[in-house]
Amino acid sequence: MTKQTHRHADCLDPILGRYGHDASNLLQILRELQECVGYLPAVSITCLAEKLAIPRARIESVASFYSFLHLQAHGEYRVLFSDNITDRMLGSVELMQSMCRQLWVEPGKVSEDGLVSINTTSCTGMCDQGPALLVNGRAITRLTHQRVQEIAQLIRNRTPLADWPADFFRVEDNIRRSGLVLDNRLVPGEVLRAALSMSVRGSTGSPRTEIGTAVVEAIKQSGLRGRGGAGFPTGLKWEACRNAQGANHYVVCNADEGEPGTFKDRVLLTRQADLVFEGMTLCALAIGAKQGFVYLRGEYRYLLEPLQAVLQQRRDSNLLGRNILGQSGFDFDIAIHLGAGAYICGEESALIESLEGKRGVPRNRPPFPVTHGYMQQPTAVDNVETFCQAALAIHMGAENYKAIGTAKSSGSKLISVSGDCPRPGIYEYPFGVSVREILQDCGAVNTRAVQISGPSGVCVAEHEFDRRLGFEDLPTAGAFMVFDDSRDMFEVARNYVHFFAHESCGFCTPCRVGTSMLKQTMDKIAAGLGTQYDLSEVENLDHVLQTTSHCGLGRTACNPVLHTLKYFRPAYESRLKSLEFKPAFDLDGALARARQMTGRDDAGAHLKTEAT
Amino acid sequence: MSDTFQLDGATVPFELGQTVIQAALAAGSYIPHLCYHPEFKPHGSCKLCTVKVNGRTVASCTMPAEAGLQVESDIEELNALRRTLVQMLFAEGNHFCPSCEKSGNCVLQALGYDLEVHTAGFRHLYPDRPVDASHPDILLDFNRCILCELCVRASSEMDGKNVFALSGRGITKHLIVNAESGKLVDTDIALTDKAMQVCPVGVILKKRVGFSQPIGERRYDKSPISAQALQDAPRNPETGGSCDACESVP
Repeated sequence: MTKQTHRHADCLDPILGRYGHDASNLLQILRELQECVGYLPAVSITCLAEKLAIPRARIESVASFYSFLHLQAHGEYRVLFSDNITDRMLGSVELMQSMCRQLWVEPGKVSEDGLVSINTTSCTGMCDQGPALLVNGRAITRLTHQRVQEIAQLIRNRTPLADWPADFFRVEDNIRRSGLVLDNRLVPGEVLRAALSMSVRGSTGSPRTEIGTAVVEAIKQSGLRGRGGAGFPTGLKWEACRNAQGANHYVVCNADEGEPGTFKDRVLLTRQADLVFEGMTLCALAIGAKQGFVYLRGEYRYLLEPLQAVLQQRRDSNLLGRNILGQSGFDFDIAIHLGAGAYICGEESALIESLEGKRGVPRNRPPFPVTHGYMQQPTAVDNVETFCQAALAIHMGAENYKAIGTAKSSGSKLISVSGDCPRPGIYEYPFGVSVREILQDCGAVNTRAVQISGPSGVCVAEHEFDRRLGFEDLPTAGAFMVFDDSRDMFEVARNYVHFFAHESCGFCTPCRVGTSMLKQTMDKIAAGLGTQYDLSEVENLDHVLQTTSHCGLGRTACNPVLHTLKYFRPAYESRLKSLEFKPAFDLDGALARARQMTGRDDAGAHLKTEAT
Repeated sequence: MSDTFQLDGATVPFELGQTVIQAALAAGSYIPHLCYHPEFKPHGSCKLCTVKVNGRTVASCTMPAEAGLQVESDIEELNALRRTLVQMLFAEGNHFCPSCEKSGNCVLQALGYDLEVHTAGFRHLYPDRPVDASHPDILLDFNRCILCELCVRASSEMDGKNVFALSGRGITKHLIVNAESGKLVDTDIALTDKAMQVCPVGVILKKRVGFSQPIGERRYDKSPISAQALQDAPRNPETGGSCDACESVP
């Protein structure tokens, strides 16, 4: 305790100084405090509450919401195995068991010497180079039994993370097919210069208003739609935000890439950070924002310093800061906020709550973020890829951009391919590409199904492989998980159901309880205790979740089961002991224990058989 | 003259800023609800008040009233959903009505009767939720918590104290108190707090007064919740005043 008290006292004041003693930065403060102290001891929370003048229960409430923040000590080394189905298909379950054995620790518990804890976490976005894990927040990819052995040894020797082999932490970009975005060689500032030279015919506004209007119009004409999955027209969003009244306008880049199977934003932030920031600055110009945020998922913590370096270069080149590129009054800067392990923060209003230092609970809507977003001010929240596409649309011109893709889906789309194929990685295609073409390009054979856009998306079976990616047919945020004919689609669905139950924020009754009930049902079927009744119960649950859930998580939570039931029903039915009623518990087994305890063995202590 | 919308065929007037449930209750039309309370800003978490507005299902407590809306509430499809939601709340916690001090005065139980919830529907989760008896005058039985946040809201909005908060996420979400020890005795709660009165179930209890009303004389013995909720309803959050449901609790 004394050690912790000293440590938190040393850490806390500089952190609070950096964040201006502002409780709206609570999540960032907690994250940094934990990086310094190791976890968040009760005494630190009390101290922080006093210094921020907020109730300590509120801090505990926020800290407990995020998977990567810990109110209890969790070992000097905290190992979290990525638990996406693609990791499992590459052997993550056995690797984790092996590491637990080697380090004498049970999953989910801290070793007795306080050295290590090992558990699972939701997909870490390394599906093309799994199995993957996080150790004290740092991503390690391409796990093998040998690598697991080496890691166990390093932990046993208490080797500081900084001294671990650099190769462990190497993250590949795996770009297999590039296009519009990944091929671009724009010089930083080129798009902004082009935008600043735009003007509107007949406009009577000030130059900056005029340019902003021109940018919005061009984005509208380009037909650009959001790349986060929902596909809302970006130009309309920017226009609504621009027209909304407010003291400040904000640009938010959603880099909370949590949908299992998606990792294209990681590659964009690694390879095209300038383009992302250029798109955000363009948006700032369009909507009149002075402040932007990147909400970066905690799993991508290792990208923080490189991204900050790019931001600094842009400040040094007058691409951020005051009077950008000499345009008077064009002031804009970007701050990076890190998430801490909560999938729901990918939902834009939950993301804003999290940015404000609160629990990531989706807001009641209306009002929408474009009018009442960050700090109740007009806010444009867009996906990482959307900002890249917006910058390119302005650079190419709306008409040229619109010519790419299909009628209702202009431009290109980055696809994150993982699962059963020899060439997993990032593939960029114009919209309209068919599932079959992607499967051919990644070398997949004997494919049984593809999960498009992650667990909340759709499962596509063989007879549908000519369907095309785009808002007309198969909208996608980019995940493309391939399953060949050796895979059990029931286990795929069960993995996704566990994911939703783990990630439900717990705000509304249907999702909080319903996702757990669904998980219970899937586990019951997996244990061979399922019945036909359970399958129909899934459909009832789906109806309740779809119609009453607060946000998209609950509304889509049953999709994995419904879609796989539709195409792969035998995978379920083969597990049902009987298609008729079967009790979920063994009645005679329970009686046997009672007989033993009471010493009875008379007829009354046995189940009546049909003969009697 | 105020605008109106249609609720189950009846015309409901509303004032600007009212939500569908506020206007409906004020006009004497009952919509089942649990986390909504006339004295607090609508919360929208329990989803019991789900209605169909122009064919789309929404929570009526957070849905702004608009002229000409077609609202459906008392239809079997929605009551079936509400029944399932009540079953979920019962399965999620540990609710043993016969031994509960709040039995007969409990909103969850009353809704169960009123909506005709006849079966458990789900396997119970039996969570481990130890009680907090640390305070000399107040008992917290977390087993019965339905996470409506009324005590959280009452303590912060009316008592100015922040005694309660919610911790954790998903199915592990639970009520906590504002103390490093985690014990109620170390908070500044007082028996006179609004937070003492608002719990719709039997979590926040005054010690030594359990079972004070005989069966037959308890609040929901007299008439179903659908009738009584209307008595509490037409109160303006700004003008304050407490509702009968709060005051009736011993």
